[in-house]
Amino acid sequence: MIDSAVRVALLYPELLGTYGDRGNARVLLQRLAWRDIPAELVEAPWGEPAPASCDIYVLGGGEDSPQASAAAALIAEGALHRAVDGGAAVLGICAGFQILGHSFFGPDGAVRPGLGLLDCTTARRASPRIVGEILVEPDPAVALPALSGYENHAGLTDLGPGAIPLGRVDVGVGNGDGTEGAIGGRVVGTYLHGPVLARNPALADRLLSWVAGDLEPLDDAEVDDLRKERRQFVSAEAARWPNRKREAPFGWRGYRRRRMSSIDRPSEANFSV
Amino acid sequence: MQRTASVKALQGVVTGIGAVSRVTGRGGSVIGGKVALALDKGALGKLAAGRSLFLVSGTNGKTTTTALLAAALGTAGPVVTNVTGANLKTGLVSALARDLDSAVAVLEVDEAALVQVLAETTATVVVLLNLSRDQLDRYGEVRLAAQKWRTSLGARPEVHVVANCDDPLVVWAAEAAGSVTWVSTGQRWRIDATSCPNCGGRISWTGELWICSCGLARPEPEIGGGGNDVVLGGRTFPVQLQLPGRCNASNAAMAVAAARVAGVDPEAALAAMVGIANVAGRYRQVNLGSASARLLLAKNPAGWNETLDFLAAPPAGVVVAVNARGPDGYDTSWLWDVDFERLAGRPVVAAGERALDVAVRLRYAGVPHEVCADPLVAARRLPPGKVELVANYTAFQTVLAAVRD
Repeated sequence: MIDSAVRVALLYPELLGTYGDRGNARVLLQRLAWRDIPAELVEAPWGEPAPASCDIYVLGGGEDSPQASAAAALIAEGALHRAVDGGAAVLGICAGFQILGHSFFGPDGAVRPGLGLLDCTTARRASPRIVGEILVEPDPAVALPALSGYENHAGLTDLGPGAIPLGRVDVGVGNGDGTEGAIGGRVVGTYLHGPVLARNPALADRLLSWVAGDLEPLDDAEVDDLRKERRQFVSAEAARWPNRKREAPFGWRGYRRRRMSSIDRPSEANFSV
Repeated sequence: MQRTASVKALQGVVTGIGAVSRVTGRGGSVIGGKVALALDKGALGKLAAGRSLFLVSGTNGKTTTTALLAAALGTAGPVVTNVTGANLKTGLVSALARDLDSAVAVLEVDEAALVQVLAETTATVVVLLNLSRDQLDRYGEVRLAAQKWRTSLGARPEVHVVANCDDPLVVWAAEAAGSVTWVSTGQRWRIDATSCPNCGGRISWTGELWICSCGLARPEPEIGGGGNDVVLGGRTFPVQLQLPGRCNASNAAMAVAAARVAGVDPEAALAAMVGIANVAGRYRQVNLGSASARLLLAKNPAGWNETLDFLAAPPAGVVVAVNARGPDGYDTSWLWDVDFERLAGRPVVAAGERALDVAVRLRYAGVPHEVCADPLVAARRLPPGKVELVANYTAFQTVLAAVRD
């Protein structure tokens, strides 16, 4: 057991919070509360010093320009780097995942430095934008049940040797090379919205166990029903469009996506990551 | 009004096909317009020509504001409007073709369709309500929508804009217009505009005032609304609506401002709005078994958070009905931006095609609930008495179709 409250920081929700990813913080806190583990939510608004003493940091998805602002602020402050050095866990979603890497591209298409907390770079753009349900079969080393979510991004991410992917894409696109997300140490990045921790309680508990030790199991029957429904949905859609699976370069790409016409350098025609 | 033969032909197409479509049970508000546009790409411009055209757009409140404005302008003469909420080009064509005579048209326009509608018509007034996250998978960026509005209004300086000065995205878009009436609506949803749409910098808020270092700032409103009164030129006009909530008081203020451009005075405009009890089925009361249900539409976090403000007090039960079809957006992540925690202490049923997503959200919100996919069956399951049935777009359409039969 831990002696003080687990502090969960929601970083710049007004910049990195377009897709309901604040829900990840809600899930972490509630799963602690259900186990009678004291917990505290620390909202870190943009423009104020980010806290360096939290246990878990959550960064959500956002649009290009706010993403660049968030990265610049976090690099200038160094609070997140200090927290990671001190053993904190980090979960970055979509735009939040991309800025954890070495580089990403900004609203003008130019390469921007990332925080370098994950060994990855986001330099390629998919056109059209990747939007749809995603199902991921986790890497055996990650030892998690299948990951379910919803992806909505144009950036594609390449991993370096210092990170391993969360898993292989079963349905969807993810990083763009058949893998999805990244883990290095206690830093996790993923393209999955949903929010990801609401749909994947085992991933939530993994993050929590890093900072709060062994956890009692919870009754997740209601989430299991949702996971089952989503899995059936993506299987049915994949069966409805069997040809797409063969056509697509990186696995079946979602029932409402058109064919990926190009994967190339960033262009201004594609408006967002 | 004199109409050319081609416009008469368009009317024939729309009314004929609409009638056939209704007889075959497919609804008639859009299909006629679709065929008319296929026959004549310029149908919208032709049907709108010669009329005084009012366009109403924004993320939330379009349908209601359109109804309120149509009622206000109706005091001065006949008005044609798209009452069913069919707000894409096809819906506009259908509405206009059904009534070639009215000299005034009040049209609700989808926020993404506004640019094209502006390009094809000679609009007199454009009413811009608000912009916030909605249909996450489709729109992506709300500021992109604002950018498009801005460009298109900049190219049409003769169009007068009535705009909400409390929404930085709307202000940035409307600034480009030739002339603007600014209206304060007391809007509360701010999180989509914490970074400046103009420069990306941080907007600072002091009460209702907001400013960015680049110079973009809240304009001084000419008309104040969102409360019990509309305030204009030192005079206050009491707002008495049958429609509930702060958001509808705001919609009324926007409609008053737009009607004033056409010479309708605020008193007459507001008096005409009192008679409206429901709008395209929204706010309608229906009896479902022992439940007396009020039908409410809420389709995104900003709309839901406004709706939570005026729900009947406990023990009134609540049905949260959510679908995720095309018009709703396929991504249900937005449920986590709604303060469902506020539903604690009352009976709640998670419903709709995505009832399980709602159920998980409610579980984490600490709100005990049942799960029942059919929203009407869900309402019947609640304890007898008042029920608030809140549904998003297609879930609402399903409910409406069912209670109509």
